[in-house]
Amino acid sequence: MDDRNKLLLSGDEAIALAAWHAGVALGTGYPGTPSTEILESFSALGGRAQWSPNEKVALEVAIGAAFGGARAMATMKHVGLNVASDPLFTAAYTGVAGALVIVSADDPGMHSSQNEQDNRRYAVAAGVPMLEPSDSQEAYDFMLAAIEISERWKIPVLLRATTRVCHSYTVVWPRSGRDIPPAANFVRDVKGRVMVPGYARAAHRRLRQKLSEISAWNEDCALNRIVPGGKSLGIITSGISFMHAREAVPEAGVLKLGFTHPLPLRKIAAFAQSVERCVVIEEGDPYLAEAIRAAGIPVDAKPEMYRFGELDVARVRRILAGETSPETAPPPGKPPQLCEGCSYRVVFDSLRRLKCIVAGDIGCYTLGALQPFEAMDSCVCMGASLGVGLGLRHVLPAEQARRVVSVIGDSTFVHSGISGLVEMAYNPPPTGHVVIILDNGTTAMTGHQEHPGTGRNLNHEPTGKVVLEDMARSCGIRRVQVIEPRAGSDAFEHALVEALKSGELAVLIARRPCILIAKELKEYEQREQRCQCQENGEPCAATV
Amino acid sequence: MNNAANARKTGSLAPPPCNIVVAGLGGQGVLTATDIIADVALRAGYDVKKSAIKGMSQRGGSVACDVRFGAEILSPMVPAGEADFLLALEPTQLEPNRHLLRPGGVTIEPSAVDTARLPQKKMLNVALLGALSARLPMAEAAWLESVRSAFDPKYFDANRQAFLLGRAGRNHQPHETNAAA
Repeated sequence: MDDRNKLLLSGDEAIALAAWHAGVALGTGYPGTPSTEILESFSALGGRAQWSPNEKVALEVAIGAAFGGARAMATMKHVGLNVASDPLFTAAYTGVAGALVIVSADDPGMHSSQNEQDNRRYAVAAGVPMLEPSDSQEAYDFMLAAIEISERWKIPVLLRATTRVCHSYTVVWPRSGRDIPPAANFVRDVKGRVMVPGYARAAHRRLRQKLSEISAWNEDCALNRIVPGGKSLGIITSGISFMHAREAVPEAGVLKLGFTHPLPLRKIAAFAQSVERCVVIEEGDPYLAEAIRAAGIPVDAKPEMYRFGELDVARVRRILAGETSPETAPPPGKPPQLCEGCSYRVVFDSLRRLKCIVAGDIGCYTLGALQPFEAMDSCVCMGASLGVGLGLRHVLPAEQARRVVSVIGDSTFVHSGISGLVEMAYNPPPTGHVVIILDNGTTAMTGHQEHPGTGRNLNHEPTGKVVLEDMARSCGIRRVQVIEPRAGSDAFEHALVEALKSGELAVLIARRPCILIAKELKEYEQREQRCQCQENGEPCAATV
Repeated sequence: MNNAANARKTGSLAPPPCNIVVAGLGGQGVLTATDIIADVALRAGYDVKKSAIKGMSQRGGSVACDVRFGAEILSPMVPAGEADFLLALEPTQLEPNRHLLRPGGVTIEPSAVDTARLPQKKMLNVALLGALSARLPMAEAAWLESVRSAFDPKYFDANRQAFLLGRAGRNHQPHETNAAA
């Protein structure tokens, strides 16, 4: 191999490069650690990438592109696939004309997530093929393979990675050059694409037929391979666990599964039979172990304690030794906190002082739950602050209900808070309700991505803008206020007190740009002015 | 006497495979430091893996990043008790990560550098890389090349100065300690 082509890429970058080389026509997604860099890298390479308001919309746009015969991908973190699961399940029925790859970036150990769900379960539940890369080379190769499989069987494919694959940098030898994919072209297929019951019944049978063909094909698929080793111990593994297992027991034989749904059960049975002891090493849920045992293949599985958190070399050694004694927790580091000078500090100071019951949401501001504020009482999922706050208001005694506030960030509000706002207008609690939208003009926690409320697209170029206060008013909320929270000013607290007292439905927008992107915002604004000048045919205001 | 102590005494360099953990707080340049180590190792022809946890760490919390290089690297994470080097950009980040060091592993901390002589305070990460570089087989010129490409070229002279300051080490003060005597 030519050393000059060697790259050190993160798994996310490798997926993006493969998408670029495969001629993916459109990449969609919503930012979420550890998936965010896929679309950003794809765009930097020259690919067409878009942030959607949420993962459901992102997947739907990608489905449309794939219905049109193009190659498309939708990227998201594991919990994002919950949001996108509705289109996922039925896209499995409709299939696609081009290619559709859904990248799910799971977060075992919850480095920056609210749960550690194992999205391999989605492949089974929806009935879609699934590939699991172990490093960046495989992230690259498997993305290319996923597109091939999707195109060959006209089915969406789930590429499931985890934090340590997405964010680890490992060596990649990319192939040379880009594919020229088939041109997009609409071909009418009413029975295939319109999922009314009469057509969907047939579509479900077609899906199961495809899966049974894919299952047979997977028995000889090169994405599953055997690393030869001794006969006394054999390991069946997938994803990052493969690397830990190889390092923990270099002498063991390994069946390394890359194509993990539908499973190559004959290959697995033959491997299990070829060794004296066969152990499944996997992170998260016992997905492989359960499926393999259900097929009547006797294998050892990890003790329950290893369902929690990430695996590593030491934990794999413990699993193999059957060790179930308590593990020593690593010493705590310094927890993150809201930046000094962050305007949200002003808001959480007030919420704490006023003893509010705070239904919180997902973003930087979730840090308001920690010291020194400890001013958040719930955080469930993206957008939940509105619904949870309303539910509390509906049932609590009036004295408590009047203190309930929903707190949500700007990007999260656009993601899935809007329907909560509609709910508030439609089913108002007797004591009214107060929603605080913390608007720092960016998706800060994931690394400052744009969203529909910023009026800039993924590449920070001007586009249509959703004005939050207009949206609130259009839902029929009469008490809508925009306030700039500033240290040393009581303007925000005053507005909050008045809103709480009013017993009305209120939306307070605490608007101040994130201090971490002040410089970038200035650049974007200058660029926008420049564009405006060009449109008007005037000398450029930004350069004169 | 353990290997690291031997290596120091004889002036020989740590042979790969090599496990390095860089620890600090968000915003200190932990990720950039590991980028540079990974880049210089990659250019030297080694297999390299680097693993960082982003996300919450961006808000001033603890950040630790692993780099491993050698003939073939498997897990991207340095197993506990197997790190050859622990670079701490912030003294408080030493203890939470000390369990990662192997017996005889070397810690490199800010006191390894005469920080008063740094061209810019934020170049501590580059200076500590200089201190690390003196214990690794890659050539000084190769390190400087990777430092050059990691930053805006206009800062290269200052970064070079910081790197060489760290590489020279402090004369009158021991700047490394053994994790286990």
